[in-house]
Amino acid sequence: MAYDYDKWIRPGKLPHIWCPGCGHGIVMKGLIRAFDTLQLKKEETAIVSGIGCASRLPGYIDCCTLHTTHGRAAAFATGLKMARPEMKVILCGGDGDGTAIGGNHFIHACRRNIDMTYIIMNNYIYGMTGGQFSPATPTGHKASTTPYGNPDPNFDIAKLAIGAGATFVARGTAFHAAQLDKLIVEAIQHKGFSVVEILDDCPTTYGRRNKFKSVIEMMNRLKEISVPVKAAEKMTPEQLQGKVLTGVLYKEEKPEYCEQYAKVIERAQVGK
Amino acid sequence: MEKKLPNIEIIEKYCKGCHICVEFCPTKVLEMKGFVVSVKNLEACTKCMQCELRCPDFAIRVHAE
Ligand SMILES: Cc1ncc(C[n+]2csc(CCOP(=O)(O)OP(=O)(O)O)c2C)c(N)n1
Ligand code: SF4
Ligand code: SF4
Ligand code: SF4
Ligand SMILES: [Mg+2]
Repeated sequence: MAYDYDKWIRPGKLPHIWCPGCGHGIVMKGLIRAFDTLQLKKEETAIVSGIGCASRLPGYIDCCTLHTTHGRAAAFATGLKMARPEMKVILCGGDGDGTAIGGNHFIHACRRNIDMTYIIMNNYIYGMTGGQFSPATPTGHKASTTPYGNPDPNFDIAKLAIGAGATFVARGTAFHAAQLDKLIVEAIQHKGFSVVEILDDCPTTYGRRNKFKSVIEMMNRLKEISVPVKAAEKMTPEQLQGKVLTGVLYKEEKPEYCEQYAKVIERAQVGK
Repeated sequence: MEKKLPNIEIIEKYCKGCHICVEFCPTKVLEMKGFVVSVKNLEACTKCMQCELRCPDFAIRVHAE
């Protein structure tokens, strides 16, 4: 199927600022294919981001967009969604933005189950500021601030989202490009807070330090470590050592926040 | 019957020479010419769209019709 990328790119904005081979461009294309598949209306679609290379994404897309402050995208998006519940609200940003400075906003948006979709691009690093380690940097890996290897255990972002109460959680990768739009479509269609963690590549600040000779090696690593959830059911814990699960990891139906809040308003208006 | 070849459009000003399309084209249709990609062997193209799908930069499009 041919997708209409041109329709969704803000005129005159390409080429984008991302480095050669940066996976954020692959994710953005997946998001556009999802918008195209769902035939969303530009005036009823909003993308809200924080700060970082990943958070530059809304600047390129021709719909309603908000580029906010570091880690705070969920707070701005919550305000927007409550004022305009009929809109499709997409949050996007990086692992640093979403799990370090924005970790608290992230878990509480999950807990509330507000109807929006969070695309979190996990390239294991603070790309924009030169490669400091993030809460998603794997133990032992190198960053500018952990030149001898990261001593910290890293977050499993998808598990964090499930634990915090998100009602749809999926994981994809920049290597599995064809799957991205399918996961994003499902996430957008889900009523409630949906999270799509996308394992991504930052050749410039992460790959270089961690002995990846090229972006192709980084892509091949994403391929090697990924196991679709269905396939994992038939594998032993030993076989799953060092692997990450991909696909739809969790799904449930729970009351949605805007609807619950509308009921509070109704109760308040009758005075009890 | 003669095979109808696609038109592979390369938008040179967007291409950042990352090699992704060259590497993941299953039939090795593409090659690097300096810092940008170019078509080396159009006859081998199966119109699988892998290059267009994977390019992070919107720099390569396969027109199959
Ligand atoms: C309040 C505040 N603190 C710190 C920064 C510096 N800063 C900008 S982007 C960034 C990290 C971005 O990392 P991530 O969200 O993973 O995005 P990436 O660049 O890796 O895509 C930091 C720490 C800032 N802009 N604002
Ligand atoms: S620094 Fe890393 S995350 Fe930022 S644009 Fe470059 S490759 Fe992408
Ligand atoms: S469409 Fe497929 S076969 Fe043709 S150039 Fe692209 S990747 Fe290669
Ligand atoms: S994938 Fe895109 S940017 Fe990279 S070399 Fe090919 S056409 Fe150029
Ligand atoms: Mg990052």
